[in-house]
Amino acid sequence: MDIILAIILGLSFGIALDKAQASNPQKIIGMLRLKDFHLMKVILFAIGFSSLLLFVFLSFNVIDAGHLNVKSSFIGVIIGGGILGIGFAISGYCPGTGVVAAGRGRKDALVFILGGLIGAFVYMLIFGFIKDSALFNTIAGGAFSLAETNPEKYLSLAGNLPALVIAGPIAIVFMLIPFLLPDKKAV
Amino acid sequence: MLGVVFLAAVWLIKPIGVSTQFVILDGIVWNLFSKDLITKNDAPQDYSSSNVYLNKSGGKYASNVKNPLNYGFLFVLSMFLGGYISGRFSKKKIIGNDRFYPKVWSSRFGSSALKRNFYVFFAGFAVLFGARLAGGCTSGHMMSGMMQTSLSGYLFAAGAFATAIPVAILMFNSKKQ
Repeated sequence: MDIILAIILGLSFGIALDKAQASNPQKIIGMLRLKDFHLMKVILFAIGFSSLLLFVFLSFNVIDAGHLNVKSSFIGVIIGGGILGIGFAISGYCPGTGVVAAGRGRKDALVFILGGLIGAFVYMLIFGFIKDSALFNTIAGGAFSLAETNPEKYLSLAGNLPALVIAGPIAIVFMLIPFLLPDKKAV
Repeated sequence: MLGVVFLAAVWLIKPIGVSTQFVILDGIVWNLFSKDLITKNDAPQDYSSSNVYLNKSGGKYASNVKNPLNYGFLFVLSMFLGGYISGRFSKKKIIGNDRFYPKVWSSRFGSSALKRNFYVFFAGFAVLFGARLAGGCTSGHMMSGMMQTSLSGYLFAAGAFATAIPVAILMFNSKKQ
């Protein structure tokens, strides 16, 4: 059952990313140069919209909180994000959109994936040497979220308030920003 | 705004991670050439690995390498197919030079596919290396993470855009404009 779900969701996600033009490096680079905000709007709205639904469903127990996965916060998240950002800007791809773009027939995306496989491989090889370094010092106790998600597993900023009270306004801000941004700036 | 409904549906069921699957594919290939990379044992996930990274979290990655037909790996393979299908039914075909580089690239760096590939290879290297160090990529940290109001998602986004925006502006703002 999980396998069928993976295929259906993967297909939909791939098609959705492509339709949103997230698999188009022209659009990504345009966004990062702060010239073309179309994609940023779609992404911000999607995060806000899905976040709102998630917390509404959570508060009515429609979704099992066990499905959630709050990742740990540590120094490497910021530094790794920074390294990723450099490659993201040069190529116009991130791991997911690179895969979709390759499926769409972009040859440079295939090279991106090859580079990515080597990059991940090198990380696998050196992980043993860096795993005890300060890079993995946690921030705010590790798996930390603003709104409470799953008190048995994760820490949160406002455990005594209903999660929707915290997450709802944040989600609405995410959904409103797209309407305040201009669509395109003249080049 | 077409993708929004799909995106929501996806994340409601299971948070996802794309960059992890690069590790799994590496592991699958590596395992073809190595007899002692992955061994079966009594660990929680039944497998362990001589590689420290594959072996972490009780051999979770090691077990996925041994059983590629798992949720995450199939999800990413299906994303590739999704890109293909979307292209088949789209009026906007990617043809000619667009297959090798976007226009913003060629108007700044010329039309050598080799040069683009050289840069994109290192970009891919940086992206996946960075994603592994961060413990997730755009999908896992930024989208799934920020959706759950996870601190890691905001930190990751801050780190990524702190470099991506200046690099993109410096690289692609040609002097002519």
